[in-house]
Formats: sequence, C-alpha cells, structure tokens
Amino acid sequence: MKGTNLGEFEELVLLTIAALMEEAYSVAVCDELTKHTGREVKLGVVHAVLNRLEEKGYVKSGLGEATNVRGGRRKRFYTITSGGKATLLKAREQRDQLWSMIPDVVFKGI
Amino acid sequence: MSKKQSISPPPEPPRWATCLLEWYCKPSLFEDLQGDLLEYIERNVESKGMVRAKLIYIVDVLKFFRLYTVQKPQTLKRMNQFYIFGNYVKTSVRSMARNRLFTTINVAGLAVSMSVGLLIIAFVSDLFSYDNFHENKDRTYRLIAKDQRSNGSVMELATTSVKAGVNIREEVPEIENLTIMRRGFDRDVQVADKVIQVGGFWADESFMDVFSFKLLKGNPGTALKEVNSLVLTETTARKLFDDTDVVGRIVKLDTASYQVTGVLEDIPKLSHIRFEALASFATVAAEEPDMDGGFYNWENIYMSHTYMTVKEGSDLAAIQEKLDKISETENAALEGKTIDLFLQPIDEIAVGHHYTNETGSTMNIIALWILIGLGAVVIISACFNYTNLSIARALRRSKEVGIRKVVGASKGQVVAQFLTESVLISLLALVISFGIFLVLKRQFLSLHSFLSNLVSLDLSFNVVLAFAAFAIVTGIVAGLLPAIFFAKIRSLAVLKGASAILSSKRLGLRRGLIVVQYVFSLIFITTTLIGYVQYKGMLSYDLGFSTSNIVNIRLQNNKPEIVEARMAALPEVEQISKSAMVTSLGSTWGTQAKYQEDSGFVWQNGINEQYLPLHRHTLLAGRNFEAKAQSAAETEVIVNEKLLARFNIAQDNVAEAVGEVLTIEGKRLTIIGVVKDFHYETLEDPIEPTVLRYESQPGGYLNVKVNTTDLSATIASLELAWDEIDPVHPMDAKFYDEQIEQAYSQFSVMLKVIGFLAFLAVCIASMGLFGMVVFATETRLKEISIRKVLGAGEGSLIYLLGRGFLWLLGIATAIALPVTYLFFDQVVLAQFAFHAPIGFTELFGGVAVVLVIAFLMIVSQTMKAAGTNPAQILRNE
Repeated sequence: MKGTNLGEFEELVLLTIAALMEEAYSVAVCDELTKHTGREVKLGVVHAVLNRLEEKGYVKSGLGEATNVRGGRRKRFYTITSGGKATLLKAREQRDQLWSMIPDVVFKGI
Repeated sequence: MSKKQSISPPPEPPRWATCLLEWYCKPSLFEDLQGDLLEYIERNVESKGMVRAKLIYIVDVLKFFRLYTVQKPQTLKRMNQFYIFGNYVKTSVRSMARNRLFTTINVAGLAVSMSVGLLIIAFVSDLFSYDNFHENKDRTYRLIAKDQRSNGSVMELATTSVKAGVNIREEVPEIENLTIMRRGFDRDVQVADKVIQVGGFWADESFMDVFSFKLLKGNPGTALKEVNSLVLTETTARKLFDDTDVVGRIVKLDTASYQVTGVLEDIPKLSHIRFEALASFATVAAEEPDMDGGFYNWENIYMSHTYMTVKEGSDLAAIQEKLDKISETENAALEGKTIDLFLQPIDEIAVGHHYTNETGSTMNIIALWILIGLGAVVIISACFNYTNLSIARALRRSKEVGIRKVVGASKGQVVAQFLTESVLISLLALVISFGIFLVLKRQFLSLHSFLSNLVSLDLSFNVVLAFAAFAIVTGIVAGLLPAIFFAKIRSLAVLKGASAILSSKRLGLRRGLIVVQYVFSLIFITTTLIGYVQYKGMLSYDLGFSTSNIVNIRLQNNKPEIVEARMAALPEVEQISKSAMVTSLGSTWGTQAKYQEDSGFVWQNGINEQYLPLHRHTLLAGRNFEAKAQSAAETEVIVNEKLLARFNIAQDNVAEAVGEVLTIEGKRLTIIGVVKDFHYETLEDPIEPTVLRYESQPGGYLNVKVNTTDLSATIASLELAWDEIDPVHPMDAKFYDEQIEQAYSQFSVMLKVIGFLAFLAVCIASMGLFGMVVFATETRLKEISIRKVLGAGEGSLIYLLGRGFLWLLGIATAIALPVTYLFFDQVVLAQFAFHAPIGFTELFGGVAVVLVIAFLMIVSQTMKAAGTNPAQILRNE
C-alpha cells in the first residue's frame, strides 16, 4: 500500500462515514457528499474510495438486513475503525499546526 | 444464496446488464453493488423516466468494470476444482478397489472392445493418410473415363485415352501439369547375367512435376524425357546393381537397351500408385504407335492413367465444362457409345468408388462403414455393461451422493464425479487394450494380402492422440447415464433410507440394455455360424466337374509343350491337360456366338483334348475333341446345356444338337459334344451359355493331375522342374481347391472378422449378465434367507431368481433369430445364385451355446445364494 496518507477525497469520504454513524453506505455517502460539497459525486468514485479505505484499514464493512427497497439487495454499511479515527485526527492536527503558523496578516481584509 | 423477489413495483433493469455485472464482479461485492444500482434506478425512474434510468444503469454497470471489482480470472476457483477433482479420483479409485468384480468386468469388457476400436482408428487413419506426401495433394486430380453404350451398359475407368490427356493439356489452361502413365510396363530387366522382373509404368516427363516422389539421383526435368530412359526405385536399383548410384548405366529389356536416368526414393506404403520402375513414355509412343487399336485413338481408354495438378484457385466447374466440350467433339465420331471425362480428387482414390483398371487397392466406403458400425456395436455393448452395473450399484453409492449433495455439491459436480470415474476406468482399459491392439494388428494384417497391401497400421503421434480421445469419449458414453441418474438423486429421500426404491428404479432401462446386448451377440454368432456353413458349402459345392488333386500352373509365356513334356516326366504326375483359363474362380472370358439368325453373348474357354476327361466333365452327348495339329483350322466346339436352351437347339434331345453349327468370331464351328452344365463363374452368378473351343496349345495354364497326398512335396518337385525351364520367373502354381478357396477368400475374411466380433460380443454380454446376476442375488440375499426359513426349496429359489433373466434372454432370442434369418435369406444369400439352404443346426447352434453359458452363470450364482445358511444372514437383523 502506498503510505497511509489520506487523499483529499478520501478524507471527505472518511469524514462522511464518521458523520453518518450507523447509516453510512455507498449511496448515502454519495448523497451526503453531494449535499455538502455542492459538486456532483459519482457513485463509482465513492465506491472505489470506500473499497480503498477498507483496504487501508480505515473502515470496515458489513452487510445489513434485506429490505423491500433495492430489489431486496442488502446494503453494505461502513463504520470507521480506530485506525481511521487516528488518521483523521492526525490529519486535522497537521492542518491545525499549519493554520497556527499562518500570521494573521495573511488573511487580513478578506 | 437465494434471490428475493423485489416487493415494491420493480423497475426492471436490463437483464443482460445484470448478468454482465454478475459475471465480472467479485461475488463478495456483487450484492451491495447491484443494490446500489437498483436504488439509483428506482430514484432515476421517478426523476428522469424509465428509458434514461435504464441507460444510466447500463452505463454504470460498464463503469464499475474496474480492477478491484473484477474477479481474478478464476485461478482460485480452478485450484478449488482441482482439489475436488483429486477427491473424485480418490473416491473413484476407492470404489473401484472395493468392487473388484465390477471393476474387472468393466475394465476387461472395455479393454477388449476398445482394442477393436483402436484397430479401426489406426485403419481409418491409414486410409485417410493415403497420398498425403504429395505436395499439391489438394489440387491433384485423376482423369476418369465413363464409357456409356447405347444398350445401357456403363463402365467407369480409372484409365483414359492418351488422346484425352493430350487434348486437355492443349485446351484447358487451368491445368498446371498433366502426366500420362501407360499401364503394363512389366518386363524382365537384364544387367550382365542377372535378370529381374520389374513392374511399373511408362510415364512422361511431367510425372515428377505432378507427383512428389523424390528423385535421389538424376535430373527430374529430363529423367523421363528421352526414348529408352528408365527410372528405378532404390530397392530395384539395389536388386539390379547392388548400388543406388547408377545413373547412366545401361540395362537390357528384352532386346532393347535402356539407360538409367534416375533413382527414386522407395515409394511410400500409403501411395495408391506403386511401381518398381518407370520407363519414359516417349519409348512406347515411338515404338508402337498402333498397338491395341490405335495408340492415340479416342476410344482406346484402357491403358493410360492421366493425372494432373490444376492451378491454384481454379474453378473446377469451368474445367469440367471444357472436358465436356472435348468429349463432345470427339464423341461425334463414335457410334452407339459416348466417352465422358471427369476429374477425381486424388484424396478420394484410396477410399471410394472402385473403378475398372484401378492402380492400387481401394477400400469400399460402405465396407468401411460396416466395419466401423460392427466395432461400434461391440464397444457400445461394453459401455452398456458399465452403465448397467453402475446403476445397479446405486444402492451402495447413493448415500455417498446424498451426502455430497447435502454438503453442497451441485448436479454438475455429481455428474463430473461419475464421469471422472468412468473415464478413469476407460483409460485403464485403454492401457490394456493397447496391448491387445498390438497383437490384433498382426492378426488383422495377416487376414488377407489385400489388407496387408493396403495399410500398415503404424502408430503416429496423431493416432496415439486419437486413441486417448477415443478412450475419453468411450468413458463419457459409458458413464453418462449413470452420472445423470446419480445427479438426479434426491438427497433427502436417500438419507432417509429410501434407497431400496432406487435400485428397482431404472429396471426397465437395465433390462432393455441387456436385451440389446444379447440381440447383437446372438445376431453376430448366428451370422458367423450360418456364414461358416455357407462358406464351407461353397467350397465343397458340386461345380459340375472335379477339382481334386489338380495343380494349375500359369505358363507365363513359356511354350506349353515344353513345360508339359518336362512335367510329364515327374513320377507324381498322372495326367496333364491345357487350358486358356481356369474356370470357377471368378475370372471370365466372353465372346459373341451366332446360331442361324440368333446371336448372343457366351462364356468361353480354350482347352485341349485332355481337359474334359481330366476334369471329369460329364458329356451328355457327342464326343470329346481329338488331338489336332496347332496349325489346323478350328472347326469344332463343345457346348453346355444352357447354350442349347439359349439358342433353342434340340430342346428335347441333347443328342440332336450334335452337328449343329455355331458361328463364333467369323468361324463356323460344328457342335461335336454337349457337356453337363458346370459353374464357369463363381456361385454368386447363375450358369450362363458356355462354349469350350479347341486349342492344341493354349498358352494359359497347365492342369496337372497328381497322384500323391503330400501336397507341399508335390509343389516342390514341380517347382524344381519349372526352374529348369524358366529360371527368371518363379513358378505360379496352386491346387485347384486352394484357388477356389482363394476365390471366396473375401467371405472367409468377413467370417473371421465377424466371428471375432461375435466372440467379443458374447464375452462382453456374458460378463455383463454375470455382473447383474451377482448383484441381483446379493441384494436379495435376505429375501432368499427368509424364503428358505419358511421352507422354500433350492429349485424354486433358482427359478425365482433366474426367471427374470431367462425372460430377457428369451426376448433377445425372439428378436435376434428372425432378424438374422431374414437378413441371410433376403439380403446375403440373395446375392448367390447357388447356395445351400439355411440349416436348423447353424440357426440354433449359436443361440444354444450362448443361452447355455448364460443359464450356467445364472444357475451357479443362484445356487450359491440359495445354498447359503440363512442363519448367517439373518443373524445380523
């Protein structure tokens, strides 16, 4: 696996999973991302990222119960693992550190 | 994994897209991925309409084709199947080892029958490899002449006129090369004081271009160009010179000198053209321009073979049109007949229609199919054994199958398991049958010189491959029915213990198979017996004259009186006569005879005055010929009764025929005697009008009557005498009875083949029946014991167990006997004008033997079962 770094989109997906708690499955993640980022998020892309995150060990998945929708097909729910949480925290920490290094002058007048 | 029906009104996605997804997607990802797509389609149907929703679905399915979704190309699955396969092999071997009797019956039956199959494969392979060494085989053709007379008779010849070849060469531009080969180059070649008889063709210089015979020495372009050139094969060159580097050497043929211009590699066995030497066509064309009715005559279609290669991509129909045009032009000058030309591809020569004047042996395609059919019957019979015994054992195997199915085996896997088992058995049988094949091969080739001349049955890589494929196919055929049967087993019923019902299931099928096996066995064996009796009958049939102790010596151009004088001096020789030909062997010699205004076709033979007494022909009226000088004009003839009937001469009293005059070939011949009808042709043909004409020194045969019983010693002393007169040509002499046997040798070959197959079929059917009887008695052992305890006697038990099988045999007999009888009566013997009636013994003899064997097997097994101590068996309950 190429490092443990999170890509930008990966981070967004991971955050969404964390936010959605028990309801994080591919379509929901897709919808949520569309809502918050305002850009059109393709299912295929989300699916690939979910798969990659699982490979990296940041999320784990399990099939839910069959329901009347989706032609009776079960959903695959994703939950964030502790490794995923640590990575998210680390990413936030790095950013905070960088933010704190920026002198206030830079953003003056915006 | 059961797919639940969607309950909300389902927007149906295109089925093929779903199938595609299922096909490429990893099974672990498939369900939720498809769920996602379905969710989207539901959503899109509302917002964008059905058509676009479906379109998006399809696009999404295609877009999801990514590295991480796609299944690895089955490697894991395959490994899994490999392990399962290993398990199949293991269980198969175990079950084979556990049931030694059944395994032995199956392997032995398959092995003997498959050896026949191997023989047929090697035979067919050889036949279809004929002439393969010619580089341009696919565009090489032979010219066929079809001679149609206005009286309706048609003759198709492998030879054509020289003129046809020459015309085609000039007028058909599609022809690349064309060669004309004249038959009958059969000469004594002399080198120094060594004389050897050599046979071959006169061939022109294109011979080397049309065919791919390899010229080792000499120039292929010019070797056959000049007059008096001779090309030898390696073997012939060695025989003549003890050397192969002989180009430029001079040999003598009769009086002419020939120069050796080339040495060919020996002709491959699988070539329909075989020869020892080729002489240049120019020689015969220059020397004898007017031989046999005009060398370049369009009607002289009897002596020359014409072969050609056509240019690549030529249109055969266009060539045929041009051939038709040539024939049309030439036929305009003919009266009462037409000669048409056709092309025959060279690969249809070895197996195909047998034309008159064929160069080599050909195999009749129908005979080939019959051979294949007979072999197939025997092999299928052995397959039936396997099918029968396997299904009969269902009782024992069904629990295994039940558990396999409960654990998760699919129908396909059960089928695969049982096919593995049957293929294993057939491969095992293949090993044994290969050994049998090697023995059989030698026997087969020695059956008849025709066969050893036609094929060599050598093994090649392809043939061995075909053997393996054949074994696998046989295994599958044998195992298919049992495999399907086991695959259909309902595991629940089996595990509950309902397996007893299983064994009685399919009883009809099993009975049917046994009946079919026995029908074939009985037909085979009865055919053999009837055929044998008929064949013996033919050999000893009263031909109307005596053949015993007569040796016929072919004169081979030696002076009859010289040979006669030398042979007469031998003490063994009692009497000698001379004839132009030997009758009753199938060869004929005909002519036109005219009586008053009536003329008709008659058979003839030229004989001297000793012929009739020596052969003990019966003279009904008149007298025998008297000795006359060779120069004396021919004035007399002796005829048979059929001739009198044909020409309506002296119907009431044969004696009155004497003195009547026949005109034959322009000569007026007085009838001086009438002989009793005798068989001029073989027994296949009716007796026809026949004339015996006087020749004081006919050049055909010497008929030597000997007075000894030591046949080989007689031939040896005749040979010694012969060699004094003609040291070059080996003596060609045979006892008349032997020659008659040879004339019917095709029947003896057929009998041997069918007899062998009959033997195999009976063995296989008997083994199969034996297996079934053993099985039936084993499964009914408890029933037998209870019956015994209740007081049943052994006799009634044997009747109880055996009656089912006896019924089957009865049915088989009832089918087989009438079929065989009708087959012989209506088809085979209808071919013969003369034959003995089908006797009671041969019709029922074979049946009796087979039934006695079957009966003994049934009785011995049931006796064994009936003789067991019931306490032993019932104690376990």
